[in-house]
Amino acid sequence: MTAALEICELNKNFGALPVARDIRLELPKGARHALIGPNGAGKTTLVNLITGVLRPSRGSILLDGHDITALPQAARTRRGIARTFQINQLFRGLTVLENVYLAVAERMGAAHRLWRPAGAEREVIDQALAQLESLRLADDALRLVRELPYGRQRLVEIAIALAQHPRVLLLDEPAAGVPSSESHLILDVIAGLDSDIAVLIIEHDMDVVFRFASRITVLVAGAVLTEGTPHEIRADARVRAVYLGEEFPHE
Amino acid sequence: MAATDTSAAAAAHALADARTRAVDFMARRHHFGVAEALPWLLAIAAFFLFPDRMAFGSQVLLMVLFALSLDLILGFAGIVSLGHAAFFGLGAYTAALLTLRGGWEEQISGLFAAAAVAAVAGAATGWLLLRYRGLTLLVLTLSTAIMLQELGNVLRDLTGGYDGLPGLIFKPLLGAFDYDLFGHVAYLYALAVLFVLFMVVRMIVYSPFGQTLAGIRENVARMHAIGSPVHLRLVAVYTIAAAIAGVAGALFTQTNQYVTLGVFDFDNSAGVMVMLILGGTGRLYGAFVGAVIYMVLQDYISKLKLTVWGLAVDGPQYWQFGVGLLLVLTVLFARRGLLGLIEDAGRLVMRERRP
Repeated sequence: MTAALEICELNKNFGALPVARDIRLELPKGARHALIGPNGAGKTTLVNLITGVLRPSRGSILLDGHDITALPQAARTRRGIARTFQINQLFRGLTVLENVYLAVAERMGAAHRLWRPAGAEREVIDQALAQLESLRLADDALRLVRELPYGRQRLVEIAIALAQHPRVLLLDEPAAGVPSSESHLILDVIAGLDSDIAVLIIEHDMDVVFRFASRITVLVAGAVLTEGTPHEIRADARVRAVYLGEEFPHE
Repeated sequence: MAATDTSAAAAAHALADARTRAVDFMARRHHFGVAEALPWLLAIAAFFLFPDRMAFGSQVLLMVLFALSLDLILGFAGIVSLGHAAFFGLGAYTAALLTLRGGWEEQISGLFAAAAVAAVAGAATGWLLLRYRGLTLLVLTLSTAIMLQELGNVLRDLTGGYDGLPGLIFKPLLGAFDYDLFGHVAYLYALAVLFVLFMVVRMIVYSPFGQTLAGIRENVARMHAIGSPVHLRLVAVYTIAAAIAGVAGALFTQTNQYVTLGVFDFDNSAGVMVMLILGGTGRLYGAFVGAVIYMVLQDYISKLKLTVWGLAVDGPQYWQFGVGLLLVLTVLFARRGLLGLIEDAGRLVMRERRP
């Protein structure tokens, strides 16, 4: 079976600085894959390469077996790649509903229409609301995003990505900055994601990683150090060495 | 068991309630409020209250239209342009050259021609320039207007240069209404065109397309990430705004029956932006409030005769001080423009009333 996402020999240089070196990664349909590594390892850069924010210097990216390396960001999105951002990228001055509305309207091809009111697009509104309801955000639908507590904003961040109906979902530290009392809300959402979606999650909290992922890739200085099951990664001495001094759960 | 049922039912009820409210909100967003009739009623009232000032009134209305076209790109899409006069000027010269060199004297078709020419220029320059943002875009749009002005100067034989093209001849409107000395026809003509285009702009900003413009203004990175063709959307709205600015320019030529290269002036681009900031950006009627205040203040202060410390302060050059002062006060104390200030005041009164 073709992988949902396949990355081959991906390289990226910022001038003389290599930030991605021969990265290989394969996400089968429905994968639960974690990407870990110390700060500055190039995790977010990899997400930017996959989504098309950055163009690789060398290598290729395949989505369902189709080469998308040359496609711009919007075209990749339409083919089923969605992401969340490490730092919220929301439409802060708009309501929660309007935030998700935009993603649904773009997916359904309604976003270019200018001859009828946005409020008359019932199908778009209904789908946006359904998305909010599934994340228990319906009560906040009419609040401005900037007025929400940070934890709720992180949920909106995920709601927008899910409203795109992705086949590959890239979660860049979804619980970052959320107080631990609220982080379970986000982790519950991640645990309950549609099993058809291939998910790549970047996360620093190893408890989350080991609970959620069935495979883990360790990225160090732009290159894959190793890849394996949570059990293998936990036992890997090199990974322990990389994380020396940082919190790394032993058994 | 019964308790769980009740709470589940309550939850379902709350959900249905939230859904109804959300659908209502979206459906009602674009509905006309009673307050929206006010500027139009005032515009009609002005016609009867100041019958001898209608020539001036028509100029105010076409500046409202010009400011509205800027609001579409600046207020709604977040495109900062200091060269919007380029499209106003192109429209103005299209209307002038049609009658003078082409012998086409019918005015309403002249507006369409002006819109078309400005739209083509908007699409072409937008396609090139809207890859940039901020200061770069500011300078590039400014240069566009200056280059067009200079082109007009080079083609002096065609455009009349800075001396302009006076004494343009137009057919009576709808074959029946010729311009009168008091500007009554000009005023009603400008008001009718403004109303039609205002409704068009209103439809656009409340459409899904308009919603994506708000998205681009709020967070362009996220718009890319949700698969929005951002550049295309920006070029589209820039083209529409250019067309409307072109119509405003054509109205200027037709109602004045002359045009000079001054229409491309930086003053014109900057002035319309000041109007919009005074009135409030991104709120449609800010163009109304801003243009009226700017133009009336300009008119009033120009005629004012004051003596400050024994010095006679009278003359048209002083009006800029008045407008400048108002702009500074607006930027300092009413960031959302005078209309935003009025909205805030209204909200405060409502809150006082409701304990």
